[in-house]
Amino acid sequence: MSRVRKGDPIRKLSYSLAFLAAACVLFFGPHFLSSYLLHVVILILYFSFLGSAWSIVSGYAGQFSFGHSAFFGVGAYASSLLYMKSGISPWIGMLVGAILAAGLGGFIGYLTFRYKLKGACFALATFAFSEMLRTIALNWSLTGKAMGILIPLTEGGSFQDFQFISKLPYYYIILFMVLAVLLVSYGLDRSKLGYYFKAIKEDEEAAGSLGINILKYKIIALVMSAFFTALGGTFYAQYMFYIDPDITFGTNVTIEMIVRTMLGGAGTVFGPLIGSAVLESVSEVMRSFLGEYKGLHIMFYATILILVMIFFPYGLMGLLRKRRP
Amino acid sequence: MDLRLLFQAIVSGLLTGGVYALIGVGLNLIFGVMKIINFAHGSLLMLGMYCTYWLFTFFKIDPYLSLAITVPLLFLIGAIIQKFLIHPIMEYPEDNQLVLTMGVMLFLENLALFLWGPDFRTVKVSYVGTVISLFTLRINLLRIIAFAGGLLLAFLLYIFLKKTDMGKAIRASSEEREGASAVGISVKRVHLISFGIGTACVGAAGTLMTPFFYLSPHVGHLFLLTAFMVVVLGGMGSFVGAIIGGFVIGATESLGAVIFPGSIGQIVPFSLFIIILLFKPTGLVGK
Repeated sequence: MSRVRKGDPIRKLSYSLAFLAAACVLFFGPHFLSSYLLHVVILILYFSFLGSAWSIVSGYAGQFSFGHSAFFGVGAYASSLLYMKSGISPWIGMLVGAILAAGLGGFIGYLTFRYKLKGACFALATFAFSEMLRTIALNWSLTGKAMGILIPLTEGGSFQDFQFISKLPYYYIILFMVLAVLLVSYGLDRSKLGYYFKAIKEDEEAAGSLGINILKYKIIALVMSAFFTALGGTFYAQYMFYIDPDITFGTNVTIEMIVRTMLGGAGTVFGPLIGSAVLESVSEVMRSFLGEYKGLHIMFYATILILVMIFFPYGLMGLLRKRRP
Repeated sequence: MDLRLLFQAIVSGLLTGGVYALIGVGLNLIFGVMKIINFAHGSLLMLGMYCTYWLFTFFKIDPYLSLAITVPLLFLIGAIIQKFLIHPIMEYPEDNQLVLTMGVMLFLENLALFLWGPDFRTVKVSYVGTVISLFTLRINLLRIIAFAGGLLLAFLLYIFLKKTDMGKAIRASSEEREGASAVGISVKRVHLISFGIGTACVGAAGTLMTPFFYLSPHVGHLFLLTAFMVVVLGGMGSFVGAIIGGFVIGATESLGAVIFPGSIGQIVPFSLFIIILLFKPTGLVGK
């Protein structure tokens, strides 16, 4: 028999052991890393988190967004402003930002999907919305205009203020966030909701004629995606302690999300993580060799991206498993 | 609000619109023929600007004369991008095409950063301060040249598309790809030339702007959304639409900048763009 029975105890045991080993590495491993390597790992997890968030609407539901920096920025600014102006803990700000971003996602989604924008037109509309928010942040005195916001530091760090001296707490926070978004992606791979998303992606008209409420599920996808993206925005603000309109609402954030996810494979559970790990390691190695030549390491990874798009249209994950019919 | 100031704003916006029109015509040709949204368009503009800059700095070639070099050079670059990068993925999902052009954009911008550094540069021609007074208006000569040059090149392209065999083949393939190839048009060659021309247009627009704008590796970002706005506003695939779109975006941008403080006036063209996308996605001129 080629297939092992599901209840096979040996298989079960080996799975559990592998799981346990992975958990141990993830939990204790970072204690042995240098501060620099830990930073790289945090970046990998952080970009993979953003990629997975983007992938909910753009990978699973097939609506390619080029304006996710809008949600990212809302998350970053909401928590930072609440903390700076009224001393509200960034943890609460994080949730507030995510809810605001979800609302914004609902608004943008309703407008664009109601008028049946798809493909490039949807991408351009989201792009315009994010540029609009960037312009507002650049001109509004509340958001500090082009100067941005320098988050006031608490001496010695504090959990309540989402500030830590060591990088380890950040690692555990982003690890937890990645696990959460992976769980959601895993759920989408198997749940009715996820099947609706995929049906819409594959053939909208057919999905509609089967009785799926297309408008509703597209909006749900964008709202979920916006919610998670905003969490990433707050994490960025609290990790870097500085935000400005271009960093948060600019096109670069969006491109970072898209590039890594498409490299790994959009609409797959592990695609964003793999894409992020590959790109970040390559980019760090190249940077350490070619750091003095500005731009060279990004040229290198742009080349990888172009080659993957040409030769592996379904991303690196497409290599690991057969193409879906 | 001072009426003269508004009038001045509209005129200077329309002048900028002439250059936007040329950028839009290039993007639109690529979109119309290949149905590809080219995110690298802004970085190709940047290449055109640098090309002009270096020709001026090293060989003292007047920026406007450098068109004779930037246009063919950018055509070649566009044709190479089409042949080796875009052509292999013509039949792939739209997302892949978008991301590929994004990859090209990242590559070109960082190539510029690597070769020429992050500094902001400007070209200073001797006639930079020449101002022409017309009634109560005062207009910089450089902007008039850019306007006239942009429209002239767009007009030449229009003649090319209408009168020559190649132009007709391009229009045929943009309307019906299979049909065109059925009557013996080499669609592959048409794509190559269309992408080349589209790139040459944006390169020429870069050249025309160089005398009164700064350049940096990331300058293309400033015009990327503008280019898309011009194309969508006029109607994707419509030549005349891109010209009109250029004027409308130029004028609204300039009016917004006069009426609102800071750069918040940018919201005006953005909103216009979104409204057109939602309510009339075929654009002002489109069917």
